[in-house]
Amino acid sequence: MLNDEGKPLFQQIAELIENSIVDGSLAEESQVPSTNELAAFHRINPATAAKGLNALVADGILYKKRGIGMFVTTGARDKLIARRRDRFAQQYVVPLVLEAEKLGIGIDELKSMLDTREHV
Amino acid sequence: MTLTPPVARARHLGMRFGDVAALTDADFTLHRNTIYGLLGRNGAGKTTLMQLLAGHMRPTTGSVEVFGADPYENTAVLQQLCFVADTQRYPDDMRVGHVLASAELLLPLWDREYAERLADKFALPCGRKVKKLSRGMSSALGIVVGLASRAPVTVFDEPYLGLDAVARQMFYDELLLDYAERPRTIVLSTHLIDEAADLLEHILVLDRGHLVVDEDADTLRTRAARATGPADEVARIVGDSTVLHTESLGGIARTTFLRNDPDELPHPSGRVDVQPISLQELVVHLHRTPETVTTNEEASL
Repeated sequence: MLNDEGKPLFQQIAELIENSIVDGSLAEESQVPSTNELAAFHRINPATAAKGLNALVADGILYKKRGIGMFVTTGARDKLIARRRDRFAQQYVVPLVLEAEKLGIGIDELKSMLDTREHV
Repeated sequence: MTLTPPVARARHLGMRFGDVAALTDADFTLHRNTIYGLLGRNGAGKTTLMQLLAGHMRPTTGSVEVFGADPYENTAVLQQLCFVADTQRYPDDMRVGHVLASAELLLPLWDREYAERLADKFALPCGRKVKKLSRGMSSALGIVVGLASRAPVTVFDEPYLGLDAVARQMFYDELLLDYAERPRTIVLSTHLIDEAADLLEHILVLDRGHLVVDEDADTLRTRAARATGPADEVARIVGDSTVLHTESLGGIARTTFLRNDPDELPHPSGRVDVQPISLQELVVHLHRTPETVTTNEEASL
C-alpha cells in the first residue's frame, strides 16, 4: 500500500487519506484514523503518520477537535477534486500524448481511441 | 520538522582500541521520542557508539552526555537507559526468570506484566538456563528486556540474530505498538534495513568509524534517486547532486545520486527514467563511495 519509494512516507499517508476523502469512503465531518492507528496499520513510525495528518490540517483538509481527534473539513472533497482536476492534464494527458507521438499515433487516432474506450 | 529536546549529545566522540580507530570524531544529538536507525557495515563502529552511549566504557577523545551527564558508572543516567547487546552474557546459572527479575531491580520503569506478556508471545521458557537458550531465544530475551524496560533511552544492537521472519515482525509490531503508547528514544542498529526502514524516523550511518549520514529518514529517501537514460540527459538531471554510483553502456548511463536540496525535484524528461531507491540500496552505495559523502546538514552549514 505504501510503495511509492520516492515520495516521503508522510506524503503517502496524506495522499491515502485524500484518496479516501475523494472517493467518499471518508465523509466530510467524519473522524479520520488516529496517528497510532495509522502507524500500526501501515507499520510506520507514529511521528511519520502524525506528520501526514498535520500536513492535511495545515492544508485545511482536516481539522482538530482537541482531545477527540481529527475530522474531515466540510468542503474538503470539492477542494481536493478541484486540485486534482488542475493536475490532471500534466499528470495523465501529457505523458499519454508523448507516448503516442513516440509510437506515431496521431492526435486524431488518439481521439478515436478515447471515443471508443470512453466507458472503460 | 519540530525537534524534541535532546536526550543525548556526543561531541568529537572518538574511541581507539590500540591501533584501531573504532569511532572518529562523531558529533550527533539524539532527541526525545524518536526512533533512530544506526546503520553501517560490520566494523563500522555501531556497537562502539552504542557502548559509549550506554556508558560501558570511556571514550578516548571527545565526550558523550546522556540526560546532560556522563553516562559512565552514573547510576542516575543508567536507570534511564537500557542497552540490549547482540551477545549478552549472563552468569552460568541464571535462568530466564532471573534475568527478568534482575531487570526489574535495575530499571525503575520496568513493567512486569508487559514483560510476562512478551515472554509468552516469544515463547520464552522462564525456567530454562540462559546458557541453554538457542540463539533466537536469547535474542528474544534481549527484546523482552529492552521493550519492558520502558527506558527513556533504549538501545538495541542488532536484536534479531537467530530470529525468524515471524519473530522479527513480532518485534517490529510490538515496538511500534508500545512506542505509540509510550514514546521514548530508541536506537536500533540493524543490517536488515528494508525490514525496519519504515519504523525509523532518523538515520545515522557509520562508515569506517565516521558518521557519514545524520538525517531525517523521509528527507533522505526523497534525496536519493537513480536516473537511467542517454548519458548527457542523465548528467543534466543529476546536475550538482552528489553522485554515489554511475555505470554506462553505450550512450546509456545509470547514475545513483543524492540531491543536495530535497525540495528541488528533477525536471521530468521523456527519455530519462528517474526512480527512487530504497534506504538499503542507498546505504550500500554510500559504502561503495570511496570519499566521504557530505551529509545534507554539513552541506548547509
